[in-house]
Amino acid sequence: MGMLEAILLTIATAATPLLIAAMGELVVERSGVLNLGVEGMMVMGAVTGFVVAYSTGSPWLGMIAAVLMGAAFSLLFGFLTLTLVTNQVATGLALTLLGLGLSGMMGRSFVGLPGVKMSAIYIPGLSDLPLVGKLVFGQDPIFYISIALVIGVSYFLFRTRAGLTLRSVGDSHKSAHALGIKVIAIRYAAVTFGGACAGLAGAYLSLVYVPQWVENMTAGRGWIALALVVFASWRPWRVLAGAYLFGAVTIGQLHAQALGLGIPSQLLSALPYLATILVLVLISRNRRLTMMNTPASLGQPFVPDR
Amino acid sequence: MNIGGAVDDSHAQSSDTRGNLLEVRGLTKVFGSLKACDAVDLTIARGEIHALLGENGAGKSTLVKMLFGSLEPASGEIRWKGQPVRITSPGQAKALGIGMVFQHFSLFEALTAAENIALSLDKETPIPAIAEKARELSKAYGLPLDPSSLVGDLSVGERQRIEIIRCLLQEPELIILDEPTSVLTPQEADKLFVTLERLRSEGKSILYISHRLEEVKRLCDRATVLRHGKVVAHCDPRKETAASLARMMVGNEVTQVTRTGVPRDGKAEPLIEVKSLSRKPAGPFSIPLRAIDLTVHAGEVIGIAGVAGNGQGEFFEAISGEALQDAAGSVRFRGRDAGKLGITERRLLGAAFVPEERLGHGAAPAMRLSENLLLSRFRTDANAFLTSVGVVLNRAISLASQRIVADMDVRKSAEDPEASALSGGNLQKFIIGRELDRKPAVMIVNQPTWGVDAGAAARIRQALIDLARSGSAVLVISQDLDELFELSDAIAVMHDGQMSKPIPIAEATYEKIGLLMGGAEPGHAGHEHAKELA
Repeated sequence: MGMLEAILLTIATAATPLLIAAMGELVVERSGVLNLGVEGMMVMGAVTGFVVAYSTGSPWLGMIAAVLMGAAFSLLFGFLTLTLVTNQVATGLALTLLGLGLSGMMGRSFVGLPGVKMSAIYIPGLSDLPLVGKLVFGQDPIFYISIALVIGVSYFLFRTRAGLTLRSVGDSHKSAHALGIKVIAIRYAAVTFGGACAGLAGAYLSLVYVPQWVENMTAGRGWIALALVVFASWRPWRVLAGAYLFGAVTIGQLHAQALGLGIPSQLLSALPYLATILVLVLISRNRRLTMMNTPASLGQPFVPDR
Repeated sequence: MNIGGAVDDSHAQSSDTRGNLLEVRGLTKVFGSLKACDAVDLTIARGEIHALLGENGAGKSTLVKMLFGSLEPASGEIRWKGQPVRITSPGQAKALGIGMVFQHFSLFEALTAAENIALSLDKETPIPAIAEKARELSKAYGLPLDPSSLVGDLSVGERQRIEIIRCLLQEPELIILDEPTSVLTPQEADKLFVTLERLRSEGKSILYISHRLEEVKRLCDRATVLRHGKVVAHCDPRKETAASLARMMVGNEVTQVTRTGVPRDGKAEPLIEVKSLSRKPAGPFSIPLRAIDLTVHAGEVIGIAGVAGNGQGEFFEAISGEALQDAAGSVRFRGRDAGKLGITERRLLGAAFVPEERLGHGAAPAMRLSENLLLSRFRTDANAFLTSVGVVLNRAISLASQRIVADMDVRKSAEDPEASALSGGNLQKFIIGRELDRKPAVMIVNQPTWGVDAGAAARIRQALIDLARSGSAVLVISQDLDELFELSDAIAVMHDGQMSKPIPIAEATYEKIGLLMGGAEPGHAGHEHAKELA
């Protein structure tokens, strides 16, 4: 395996969890809900995935359990913000804190144990192709799910009636309600989808990225996913671009640090954030497009008059 | 399915005995201690246009919201085609065959016209097919519409067309229209009436809400008049006069606004001067201002007409200092350049501003009236309200606040309530009073009486005229042509960010103004007249 191929593979590994979590949050925000609990849902997914995979020996069961845990955890958020109409920002922050604490407790006796790694797919012939072989045909299954998610979410939002309905709820829940659209039900569905994605992203960390459990192992990735959604102006393909750019600069700066270029390491560590923000700001300079894609009722609670 | 299916209404007649489509008996809705609707009766026959009249706050909106399922009645009965029904959601109202065109549009700005229409159709219809259907229907009813345009880019009149077409595509038997002409030019309103008459001839029923009595007399077969939540009359509007209808609505005679002539000796000092004021669009859905020129002299009231969304809001922001100009001389108050000054500095030059949006713009919703008074006047009236070191003089503020409340007859529930606790009309009276109390040399008001009932509106208009006659310059931006004709000495029209020359009131007609509002000869009609006068 060549050096370049190895770097490209690590970039994909760094980008995939961000991409999955961000795609989920994109759908949530398109429906007009701001869930700042991505980090908490991710870390719950990570611990659940690890514990179930370790106990059963099946990374697949671990992955499924992580998705279910993420969804269940997001339903808690949904119940609080949509049914009880609590403040979305505060509730999201609380969800993150709860997730970090709860996962630490759940995974206490699993710290440092050898995990079960989800094996990469191997297609004889194709996976052996030079350079692109392992990159395109030899990745782990969750990588392929992440790409399918981008295609699926993009198609759903912009080509289907259900996606149009979801976008309309995010644009103006009052208008949507007046048309007889079930605003709360749609938001519940979106929030649950977002939670499931965050759970899956967490499982990727504990089953593929580093197959073990370490407390707080998401290390802020949930927050980066949140930022990606906003900077990508709520467009799926831009989220993909942003996630991979972030992954690329992260890996690139690690190699640069290893080479010892004499640039302060703190600056290099900050580089992925700076580069991603810069590029996404540049591509969203078209204010008209940004306004069109920004869910106008994002974060506003919906209470129908009765 | 073709267009004929959407318009044809043959099943309606056969479904039950011909007669009343909708009967409402004793419908009541209570908000807190207020009975918004008190035992309201209403009957709508097939194929009639039924007017629902009443002042703001009379309960019209509450009533139609109950009919459309977005509010739940406390008691009473709704019968649809003779059968008692409970309408619990807008979706259910649509399924019954009730369609609604909202006053504050229920459109999605970030979506295209076709997508907006698609959302209200239950069937899984592909978007291109909807665009085609919408295009055909818009042609059939003479409502031109481009399905691929983004709603945020459309004028209010065009948005209303989308609402109407969206409503028609659902094949409703009863169409509720809430103040449909308040945002239209007189010519656009005429087109709407043709459409409505055609719908009536097809056997559809229309519930028409309006406070414009002349059009109700012209269009409607029957009328129900509400006052303070109660039905005060069922009548035939064609047999009434506008004055008698107004009396039913208000409960007593509406005081007339008197406008004395301005002494036009040509010596009056120009207090507001706007010179080639241009502004780039602030956002994707806002209008640029294109080289606006306008002068208002001491003693004058100048009205600015225009269909909503033609740059009036942007103009107000530029002139009030919410948006600063590049050229200091593009806005001048009392002969001093103000283009680069902020709101407070412009106020210090003697100007006063009343923005369109009351809560959040004209007043801080969660703060008390006295605090709102201090917020807007702590610089201009620093001597009266603050000590020399800046400590607030609560007593002075509270006295001033009481004086304003008394002068403008502001009705409130507490001694010094929060701004958001007042009804829209009463808050507007307070905000206008707060500015008038300063006796400003320059007064600029955007939509002075929007949502204010007739009696209070007359009071506000009279106060503005009196202020001008005492030597101030008054500029009024309004969508209500009747209001502008009542109080202005000259009317200028805004269209697509341009402003026409002011037309002296003696020469202004509804037709002339209406044509300018629709964009005929932008910026030039009336030119000769203005020149002759100058």
